[in-house]
Amino acid sequence: MNIHEYQGKEILRNYGVKVPNGYVAYTVDEAVEAAEKLGSSVTVVKAQIHAGGRGKAGGVKVAKNLDEVRTYANEILGKTLVTHQTGPEGKEVKRLLIEEGCDIKKEYYIGVVLDRATSRVVMMGSEEGGTEIEEVAAETPEKIFKEVIDPVVGLSGYQARRLAFNMNIPDELLNKAVKFMTSLYQAFIEKDCSIAEINPLVTTGDGEVLALDAKLNFDDNALYRQKDVLEYRDLDEEDEKEIEASKYDLSYVALDGNIGCMVNGAGLAMSTMDIIKHYGGEPANFLDVGGGATAEKVTEAFKIILSDKNVKGIFVNIFGGIMKCDVIAEGVVEATKQVGLNLPLVVRLEGTNVDLGKKILNESGLNIIPADSMADGAEKIVSLVKGA
Amino acid sequence: MTVFVNKDTKVIVQGITGGTARFHTKQMLEYGTKIVGGVTPKKGGTEVEGVPVFNTVKEAVDQTGANASVIYVPAPFAADAILEAVDAELDLVICITEHIPVLDMVKVKRYMEGKKTRLIGPNCPGVISPDECKIGIMPGYIHTKGHIGVVSRSGTLTYEAVHQLSQAGYGQTTAVGIGGDPVNGTDFIDVLKAFNDDPETYAVVMIGEIGGTAEEEAAEWVKVNMTKPVVGFIGGATAPPGKRMGHAGAIISGGKGTAEEKIRVMNECGIEVAETPSVIGETMIRVLKETGLAEKCKTH
Repeated sequence: MNIHEYQGKEILRNYGVKVPNGYVAYTVDEAVEAAEKLGSSVTVVKAQIHAGGRGKAGGVKVAKNLDEVRTYANEILGKTLVTHQTGPEGKEVKRLLIEEGCDIKKEYYIGVVLDRATSRVVMMGSEEGGTEIEEVAAETPEKIFKEVIDPVVGLSGYQARRLAFNMNIPDELLNKAVKFMTSLYQAFIEKDCSIAEINPLVTTGDGEVLALDAKLNFDDNALYRQKDVLEYRDLDEEDEKEIEASKYDLSYVALDGNIGCMVNGAGLAMSTMDIIKHYGGEPANFLDVGGGATAEKVTEAFKIILSDKNVKGIFVNIFGGIMKCDVIAEGVVEATKQVGLNLPLVVRLEGTNVDLGKKILNESGLNIIPADSMADGAEKIVSLVKGA
Repeated sequence: MTVFVNKDTKVIVQGITGGTARFHTKQMLEYGTKIVGGVTPKKGGTEVEGVPVFNTVKEAVDQTGANASVIYVPAPFAADAILEAVDAELDLVICITEHIPVLDMVKVKRYMEGKKTRLIGPNCPGVISPDECKIGIMPGYIHTKGHIGVVSRSGTLTYEAVHQLSQAGYGQTTAVGIGGDPVNGTDFIDVLKAFNDDPETYAVVMIGEIGGTAEEEAAEWVKVNMTKPVVGFIGGATAPPGKRMGHAGAIISGGKGTAEEKIRVMNECGIEVAETPSVIGETMIRVLKETGLAEKCKTH
């Protein structure tokens, strides 16, 4: 799960990570009010959307007085920002972060992520802050330093010092940098983050070490024990169908094509998208109904697929293991009863309780096109959708 | 021979009183797996499918002599269940449970360092040595005994590959699902090593998916060490970057973990990669014919 920058900074502030003072604003008046409260000589007006590259897209402006705050807030609120992470349709700005400006001396990068190779959490640092860290990694990998963290001990003082020295943080700010890093690590662990990225981390003229930006992502599997994080969820930033799917623990990702897919298992679901493409079709979605799905959940999954107006045909590809074919069949029959079905539907069933599943579909009287294999199914649905 | 599990493996089921565990305990027993006990706290003294239930893993192991366990415990308690099994010094623990918080698994991996237990999973279908032992949730009937080893990050794609092999007459020594999570107990290389050392396994199917670099590392290992042909497949070639494709581990981020890159490295390391999931079996058969192993591998 993603959250906004201002929310991330709120969390970090609670853990003792230094961040600039700031307030969220939903309207232009609120923005001006926030700037008045801050009373700083320079105020930064920052668009809050769940995507990077806001600065380049014109979503971050520095205001020298309240009039400028009003002008910029007016300009950015309601604007659709297109960045390299939003896709061509962009994202509408509905919230602003009004933040005090600071006297930046130098920009650095700090990131905390899970390192799959070591199965440990890793803190990465670089003195090449402010830019895309992927670029730094590609062009000057020697400028990125890593500390692999033992989960029992946590981030040790010597590791934080070593990282700070490697990043060339001035000696007089060493203690502040170490405090910053250990607090950041603490927040990462206690809040079940999957990514905590501070880019840039800045040192200031008045001798502070500050997080000028904050990108926090959270492990979806741990949200059950992070109720306060869950409250930060901004539904405006998510796809409607994905929200609906998440209510039923379905794993759904909206795509641009016209063939709706319902599959069990993430690997098979991805491969079903691949094979549809292979036969010249375009998948409308990724949908893994999961292992523990009930007929009710399958019904909801089917309805979500049908709610996508682009969908011109549906391919159900099931290889039952923990998922039973009869449960899928019941769900499909129930869903079509509830919402009707005027689109071609190709179903491939294999695995646990397959005979029972096929029987339910056969006896339903529905116009279902059976497939013997996933290749057969993909070919059939692609040609049906193209012929329509 | 088989790898990891065989007809002598004695298994306990952790979380045996849950609905999914009950169903699969029955399926495993019907397949012939030696399920000797179950564990659910406070349900000790009861029975499930005629199998005695104990309060703790230690008690179950002491009473039954089990050397393996399979975990169906809900995600919030699954990491603890793994620790309990490791503490009881079982040889093998297979964790079926999905959605375990990744930081829980980071701790589990740290705890397991230097311990004798092998963990397979979490978020995996389990392990099956056809006609001998089935531990997990895979449909037993698609498997046939033979000489192909199968290792996969994806459950349902494993079924797909096994099904194709069996239908074409090529049985399997063992099929191992290592799971789709970013932190897991057993990786591709561990399983490839076991297949390489197993005299009954003549060739291996390796199924990966987008995210991480486990497939690339495994391919490099194959290039240097593997004496048997390996055929691969990577799911998610058309997945958009930045979107999590169901599995916590299946995400392309920062330009890393793409199917294209994985397939390139695998090809470079001598692994033939099937173009679509429906030709995994065909690709293996072609490679077996090219290497003169087809006759030896054909089982029915």
